[in-house]
Amino acid sequence: MEYLQNLFLIFLSTLLVNNFVMSRFLGICPFLGVSKRVPTALGMGAAVTFVMAMASVITYIVQYAILGPLGLEYMQTIAFILVIAALVQFVEMVIQKISPSLYQALGVYLPLITTNCAVLGVAIINIDAKYDLLQSLVNGVGAALGFTLAIVLMAGVRERLELSNIPKPFRGFPITLITAGLMSVAFLGFQGLIK
Amino acid sequence: MKLRKVFTNGIINENPTFRLVLGMCPTLAVTTAAENGVGMGLATTFVLVASNIVISALRKFIPSKVRIPAFVVIIATFVTMVGMLMEAFVPQLYRSLGLFIPLIVVNCIIMARAESFAYENGIVASALDGLGMGLGFTLSLTLLGSIREILGNGTWFGMQVMGSGFNPAVIMILPPGAFITLGLLLALLNKLTAKTE
Repeated sequence: MEYLQNLFLIFLSTLLVNNFVMSRFLGICPFLGVSKRVPTALGMGAAVTFVMAMASVITYIVQYAILGPLGLEYMQTIAFILVIAALVQFVEMVIQKISPSLYQALGVYLPLITTNCAVLGVAIINIDAKYDLLQSLVNGVGAALGFTLAIVLMAGVRERLELSNIPKPFRGFPITLITAGLMSVAFLGFQGLIK
Repeated sequence: MKLRKVFTNGIINENPTFRLVLGMCPTLAVTTAAENGVGMGLATTFVLVASNIVISALRKFIPSKVRIPAFVVIIATFVTMVGMLMEAFVPQLYRSLGLFIPLIVVNCIIMARAESFAYENGIVASALDGLGMGLGFTLSLTLLGSIREILGNGTWFGMQVMGSGFNPAVIMILPPGAFITLGLLLALLNKLTAKTE
């Protein structure tokens, strides 16, 4: 029971309190790049969720079954980034075979996930926090859903921003960043949720 | 002359932070203090210069089909080296940058320069390009870090700069401050360049 409670706390804290985009600054590039339309933001979120869940499990196995016993912990960065790159490639091929329509929808965003620092970030956080396999998976899924939440909210705001009259120097990135700042203020409100 | 242009290109015309808007994650995350900005900037500069040199030297041997994985391995090697060196010589800075040291691997600036410059140019030019881009990145991070540290903590590189009556705006060193400061700086830059054009 206590273990379940712990899992729930990990999930909640990575989803809201330490939201990857809003308070940890991971995955900012896709957050700014692919948040123009709600449907594409949802697609990106789904693809990232899938990759992050898989990456959490596989990097856990790589760390404790290969790098640890061989004393190669210093190879962590290289090993993880290769695992993630291979994983993204693999996911791309599987989706293409199984569901061509989903592939059509996600196609463009899939290769971009390799350079999404949230994926490598969650893998390293899992190892640093000494999570076990299930905790790593929960942390990965929670972080990815937090990313999806942030990017979808942002896309909703940006769809409306396009209709408003923004001062010229603020168009494009500046207004997007300031909007993100205000959203981040809102996310600060979750700070007291978990002691 | 041409080489000098390659060098200054990264600092001003194509400043990675303010012009290309690349490498946003470390830019926003570590700039809570000017010192962190300098540390992150120099670490990235080292990786950029070293990986640009190696990629440029090997550009005739790396088949273009597998170039991206090859770049990633080269970059990750140097990132691991930087991480180990920093842990040994500047342990405090290493701890405050934390997660963002290994994450230099996925900094888009490095990959972008490898792909668009080092893979097509000679060793000397690539090294200078890396140095220019890296210094441009360092300067931007230092500027952002200075603004946030002065307003949010009343200090600059740890020294007290504001009088005792100054009430620090803590929000500046919290996450929202990063987004808002960078947004305002980009808007200011747009305004300034719009006038000269």
